[in-house]
Amino acid sequence: MSTPVNFPGEPESTLAAAQQHGLTEEEYGKILSILGRVPTYTELGIYSVMWSEHCSYKNSIAQIKTLPRSGGRLLVGAGEENAGLVDIGEGLAVAFKIESHNHPSAVEPYQGAATGVGGIMRDIFTMGARPIASLNSLRFGSLDSPRTRHLVDGVVRGIGDYGNSFGVPTVAGEVYFDPCYHDNPLVNAMSVGVVKHGAWASATAQGTGNPIMIVGSSTGRDGIHGATFASEEISEASEKKRPSVQVGDPFTEKLLLEATLEAIRSGFVVGIQDMGAAGITCSTSEMSAKGKCGMRIDLDKVPARETGMSAYELMLSESQERMLVCVAKGHEDKIRAIFEKWDLHAEIIGEVIGEDRLYISYKGNLVADLPPETLVLGGGAPVYIREAIRPEYLDTVNALDIASVPEPVDPGAVLLALMAASDIASKRWVYEQYDSMVRTNNVVMTGGDAAVVYVKEGHKGLAVKTDCNGRYVYLNPRRGAQIAVAESARNVACTGATPVAVTNCLNFGNPYKPGVYWQFKEAIAGIGEACRVFDTPVTGGNVSFYNESPTASVYPTPVIGMLGVLDDIRRSPRAAFRQPDRDVLLLGVTHGHLGGSTYLAAIHGIVAGDAPGLDLQEELRLYRLLAELASAGLIETAHDCADGGLAVALAECCIIDEGKKIGARVRLDGTGLRVDQLLFGEDQTRVVIGCVPEHTTGVAALAQKHGIACAGLGTTGGDALVIEGILDVPVEELGHAYYGAIASKMKQST
Amino acid sequence: MQSPVRFGIVVFPGSNCDHDAYHVCRKVLGQDAVFLWHKDPDLKDVDVVILPGGFSYGDYLRCGAIARFSPVMREVTRFAESGGPVLGICNGFQILVEAGLLPGVLLRNASLRFACKNVHIRVENPFTPFTTACAAGEVLTIPIAHGEGNYFADEETIHRIEENGQVAFRYCAPGGEITADSNPNGSLGNIAGIINERGNVLGMMPHPERAADPLLGFTDGQKVFASIIEHVLSRVTPGAVEEVAAVTGEKGRR
Repeated sequence: MSTPVNFPGEPESTLAAAQQHGLTEEEYGKILSILGRVPTYTELGIYSVMWSEHCSYKNSIAQIKTLPRSGGRLLVGAGEENAGLVDIGEGLAVAFKIESHNHPSAVEPYQGAATGVGGIMRDIFTMGARPIASLNSLRFGSLDSPRTRHLVDGVVRGIGDYGNSFGVPTVAGEVYFDPCYHDNPLVNAMSVGVVKHGAWASATAQGTGNPIMIVGSSTGRDGIHGATFASEEISEASEKKRPSVQVGDPFTEKLLLEATLEAIRSGFVVGIQDMGAAGITCSTSEMSAKGKCGMRIDLDKVPARETGMSAYELMLSESQERMLVCVAKGHEDKIRAIFEKWDLHAEIIGEVIGEDRLYISYKGNLVADLPPETLVLGGGAPVYIREAIRPEYLDTVNALDIASVPEPVDPGAVLLALMAASDIASKRWVYEQYDSMVRTNNVVMTGGDAAVVYVKEGHKGLAVKTDCNGRYVYLNPRRGAQIAVAESARNVACTGATPVAVTNCLNFGNPYKPGVYWQFKEAIAGIGEACRVFDTPVTGGNVSFYNESPTASVYPTPVIGMLGVLDDIRRSPRAAFRQPDRDVLLLGVTHGHLGGSTYLAAIHGIVAGDAPGLDLQEELRLYRLLAELASAGLIETAHDCADGGLAVALAECCIIDEGKKIGARVRLDGTGLRVDQLLFGEDQTRVVIGCVPEHTTGVAALAQKHGIACAGLGTTGGDALVIEGILDVPVEELGHAYYGAIASKMKQST
Repeated sequence: MQSPVRFGIVVFPGSNCDHDAYHVCRKVLGQDAVFLWHKDPDLKDVDVVILPGGFSYGDYLRCGAIARFSPVMREVTRFAESGGPVLGICNGFQILVEAGLLPGVLLRNASLRFACKNVHIRVENPFTPFTTACAAGEVLTIPIAHGEGNYFADEETIHRIEENGQVAFRYCAPGGEITADSNPNGSLGNIAGIINERGNVLGMMPHPERAADPLLGFTDGQKVFASIIEHVLSRVTPGAVEEVAAVTGEKGRR
């Protein structure tokens, strides 16, 4: 084999060029020693994207490996395929994963968010699973800023236009606002798909002589260096990276979905991988490395949408809606016919070879000759453990003297203010722009604790939810991360489902800063501890570092996507009170913890104190209790106490079914507590229950059996939420505050 | 037991409510259903054609504008012209107006935003093949999900379809009042669905197939399907054909 050469006009690779590509001197040295020569420009590009943070997880993988990544109902563990696979019984499995598209969304919110949705959908259907639900977790700066409103508008339109056209319901998510996300919004998209046992596809190339096909869209110059862009901080110069943002085409993705599933069903697909970050480079090297083989690729065969593209550009393009398929030799025509039926390209661009090399040729020249194993995560990609130092800000922020915070004079007015606070107020303005009903499987429409999706292939329901209170993680990374897991599991448990597995999207600052790396390590430890206790292994996910600008770093925000399984969707309780004259009960104990609360942040402008306490074993007992209460048909309503505490939870129960608001009269035992601690404290492991009075004794008995405190608070009915001796607020006013706030803020001109 | 009604659900590239309509026809209502591929000019002997929701051809250019040229649409037009019942839902409605099978156009929502939510619609004409299971003035709860559902036509057309009783459904308040607040997209006259002059083609923006499975909590959409089934079954009963046509023709003009 001849030595690879540069494409005419391309510069020679040098250390300076490598550094411009985001590689360190040490990493460039490593490339020289692997190849035993100076890389071609194309090869330099290939190493730079594959060894970027985004593709290699070089600064995170050592920590991620400490998470529980197998066991439970896992069929395919984290990192083995594009997404984890979980057994849900009845011969079915669920593939699910969450991923970030923060950096592109910061500079081009519409396309950034749209392609985030497209990318995660491909991760799911490349496994042969049909996506049935999508979720998203968003963080922005304050809605009072025109930049934020511009970003919110673009991101929501991007998610909506892509998901709506693609035809998968957006069923749940969260949106939080804090000035720390002003420069770096977080856009995390999650997809959930269903596949029959044994029908899934693997992202592995094998079988010498098997053809390699590229299918879907043609390849253009869009998105080149997207992966590298995602691996640096946002700055003034980021605006110039706008061309690194990919452009989405949901219509083509819909065709690609149908064609891909049909191709996988045909049995002639040996392996398949979607092209996301680093396009042809990543898919060829990862599929080869996984199959312990190599490939010979001829870039002249790649359908290009622009003329005059170089090998470097073809290899690094992140054009969307493409897949790489390894086909059983002799069946190429059948696969091509399936894609042509859906009006998509399917071109043979190379073949599998027995040798452990990637040979890339273009216009008669060999332009790259590399061992694929040296490129990939788990192979030759660098792995770093960074210095971790507990950041000093914690000493300052953890000190909170509650006595210095004035007690509310008018608790009813404070409750109304909280209901209208951006973090608590209804996100209806957002979710009505998403098709939440297509596929007719969304049982609990928006507004529940978690979405419940009915699996038509069997009789099961899936409960899904994303969660993370970044403020808690900022104040106490380890416990804050535990709470993110616990809250998502509690939300799922409130629908009667059993939490079974987790995907996570770890959004942090620059890992080269010891304080950030310490937050990261601590948060991972917290997630691991919680997931071990709950027996919810981490099936995969995504790390997004460098969510920093010169002026600010985001709160460490490890978003948890929780999957729960529900045996009988008809017994699933709702978050809303259903009828008058129902008993209202509280599971769990109120201590009045105000540190890190929404009340302190939204009403007093204080972000301080410690995250609330959490007893993981007690949480687990609560989940088991909720599942048993639901399956016994004892409860109609179950709603988690989270942001805004018990008073906000009760108010939400009154109004979350907007067409059927129901008041309640309750008495709270506030012995020894300030009124704000009693109403708005964010103690964990608490759930508001609504049930017919005849079932109250049964609920209390089961609570006792599981060792969970259960107190009667009062009854539903009337047209106001009355907390005796403290507040009396008409449900119409609560509804007005809750449903009107975000829409009226978004109406201000951007 | 009567043989089931055979629904044909057209699949355009970009259709995404095709499986939902199929699910309702077969699993919820126990009828027969087949998919009709857009490239095949063959309706497979179906009794009813459904043009489902979605984004045919990505809705690039203009919603429904490309789908109308699909080979299957020539057959759908022939089927409609011979009196066969055709139901266009959402994108299907958009395709029917582009194909000239229904008058008017669907513009972008007045809000310029996609809107997905449950709405109330009032049954304006209970004598069409799609509404006989409903009472006149009955209010149905059925969801919408569209960015371009703002029904518009010139004054003369509006006058004509109103006079002919071609307005099948209007957006309304929960109590049935026709109000500006209950109009989700700016449609003229709060129009949510219309039929052709002959009465055998219905286009509607709300999704009856999304309000049909009892597991999802809303079932008003079943009435649209039940009406069609009744219509088809009565039509094949000897002697009933003229009777049904007479009822539809006369009472349709209120």
